[in-house]
Amino acid sequence: MPKMIASRLLRLVLTLLTVSFATFVMVNVLPGDAINALIPIDAQQDQEFVEQVREEWGLNDPMLVRYGRWLGNAVTGDLGDSIVTGQPVTAEITHRLPITLEIMFVAVGLSLLLAVPVGVFSAYREGKRPDRVISGFAQLGLSMPVFVTGLILIYIFALKLNWFPATGWNRPSNGIGPNLKTVALPAMSLAITEAAVYTRVLRSDMISTLKENYILSARAKGLTDRFVLFRHGLRPSLLTLVTVVGLSVGTLIGGTLVVEFLFAIPGIGRRIFSAIYQRDFMMVQGITVLITAFYVIVNTVVDVAYMVIDPRIRRTN
Amino acid sequence: MTTEGTVVATLDVPAPESEILRVEDLRTSFFLPIGELEAVRGVSFLLQRGRSLGIVGESGSGKTVLARSIMRLNVGANVKTTGRALFEGRDLLSLDSREMRKLWGSKIAMIFQDPMTSLNPMVKIGRQVTEHLRKHRGVGRQAAKQTALELLNEVRIPEAESRIGRFPHELSGGMRQRVSIASALACEPSLLFADEPTTALDVTVQHQILNLLSREQDQRNMTLVMVTHDLGVVAGRTDDTLVMYAGKVVEKASTIEIFGRTSHPYTEALMRSIPRTTQASHTPLVAITGRPPVATHLPKGCAFSLRCPYAQLKCHEEDPPLTPIGNSGHEAACWFPVGTDANQEAFERNLSDRLPQTLVVADSLIAGKIGQTVGDSPEEGSA
Repeated sequence: MPKMIASRLLRLVLTLLTVSFATFVMVNVLPGDAINALIPIDAQQDQEFVEQVREEWGLNDPMLVRYGRWLGNAVTGDLGDSIVTGQPVTAEITHRLPITLEIMFVAVGLSLLLAVPVGVFSAYREGKRPDRVISGFAQLGLSMPVFVTGLILIYIFALKLNWFPATGWNRPSNGIGPNLKTVALPAMSLAITEAAVYTRVLRSDMISTLKENYILSARAKGLTDRFVLFRHGLRPSLLTLVTVVGLSVGTLIGGTLVVEFLFAIPGIGRRIFSAIYQRDFMMVQGITVLITAFYVIVNTVVDVAYMVIDPRIRRTN
Repeated sequence: MTTEGTVVATLDVPAPESEILRVEDLRTSFFLPIGELEAVRGVSFLLQRGRSLGIVGESGSGKTVLARSIMRLNVGANVKTTGRALFEGRDLLSLDSREMRKLWGSKIAMIFQDPMTSLNPMVKIGRQVTEHLRKHRGVGRQAAKQTALELLNEVRIPEAESRIGRFPHELSGGMRQRVSIASALACEPSLLFADEPTTALDVTVQHQILNLLSREQDQRNMTLVMVTHDLGVVAGRTDDTLVMYAGKVVEKASTIEIFGRTSHPYTEALMRSIPRTTQASHTPLVAITGRPPVATHLPKGCAFSLRCPYAQLKCHEEDPPLTPIGNSGHEAACWFPVGTDANQEAFERNLSDRLPQTLVVADSLIAGKIGQTVGDSPEEGSA
């Protein structure tokens, strides 16, 4: 285990170096000049001033030098300043990241709460009516875009039932209740698609598990169906689900963009979108590195989860 | 009790205490896209408490389906079993799933063929041995652990204490089958089915496992049904033997009778195909000519007729019923039972007609005699 964690850390560092460098290069080859973000077009007539600003921001140095400088600061936790707002990137991230993370984890949690029992039941009744109904709903959930489910949820829960606000965000510091009310709809919008994916994945793994001999021998011991399903069938059927959950957690961190726009939530997704749009390369760089780190960590968690689930994997490691 | 009026005798007279399992005209069909496949075609037998029964037959003879039908363990919506299987007087086939669940694992247990796949790879051994004990008897966690330990010791698993927290993949095949046996014994069932318990194991381990099963059966006065394709497994271990072919019982008798007075040509063919240590090395195995019939397209008449060295016209026309051989309860379903004059005549007639399967048998008889002489020679004995 410690050996594995050490190798994972090394891999994390290498991945971050590679990704940050690649991002740096790509932001550089993007058309457009950072100077446009720093100085309004009309003020750019003054060549001397432009040159002074370039010098100040180090834009005249070769790319490698600039990357080196960024890296040196990044190691100390300073990801530079936004060239649009002048605010430190680190501050911006610590302000916005928890919002996106909260929505994401609530969404994944809700999806699992729904998908695990439904997927198991669907597999248990394979081919029968409940299974067909569940598969139909899963298909529907999969094919609906997030903004459509989001709008439907807003219509039902915000406009008709008035349970949750349609848009906006309350920090947890304003109280958990108001906070969760603003989390509810965006998380549910994301959860519907995720739950559909999870249900299908778990159902198909569970169906093949239920054909295993050890399920028959568990039944022949006179254990109840529920016990056989959850205590014998579920665990061997979790590997694909864990992989998919890991992937979706990784994707959601940058991909809650749509719900952030739809529900006017100041999350990290919207910030990276506007940063790219405004050529705010410091911001893009910072957020990308952060998302990468998050991805690698999630993958490690998934690998550890494999070992927790399947004792046979534990031994080979 | 039931709507069947034909078996009045068993309804009026309560089953004697000594009778544990009575199977009557059991039939199991699978409804497949290609048609109905009748895997078990009217099997009846009676099993006394404390005795052991071997069910022998080739792959596809319906022996496993028979065992699973009695235990109601056939899976899928396309299976149908009719007939009766009276366990301690109750018809298992008419019980609902809740009542069946009470019997499973507690009064009737089953050991499966492949210990590599019949234990859950993700569940610790200790739990797999006693989880049903806890469910059926409400035994607590600590007591169950204690029982698991005793059982593992009883089935001779070394260092049982440390094995309890292990997973199946950390044990060898033979050890895993011992765990399965321990698990089957946990609730002290009165009837134990062992479905090919040694087929997936090494030959040396097979012997140990069979001895273990016999010992447990004796000590616990348990009734044992051993399903196997290997007559050698049955020999000297089970009290009675039932030989199945194409879903039917073709011969049943005490095991001693089966070996001493083999009557059905199929049983005889099975025995001929057992390799013997008295034969010279490299003696070819005597295989049974042809293949088992496809259950959806059974031949008219006796199902074995196309492979039988003694088959006559009558065999291709009429299916022989089980008829008594002597008066020891020995029964065989054959028009020309082995050991009778009619059988000898049939053999000679087929030999002169140069029937292929008859020629193979004739060859093996000659080879067998030669093998015997070589085997007895002093050089062979000292090697």
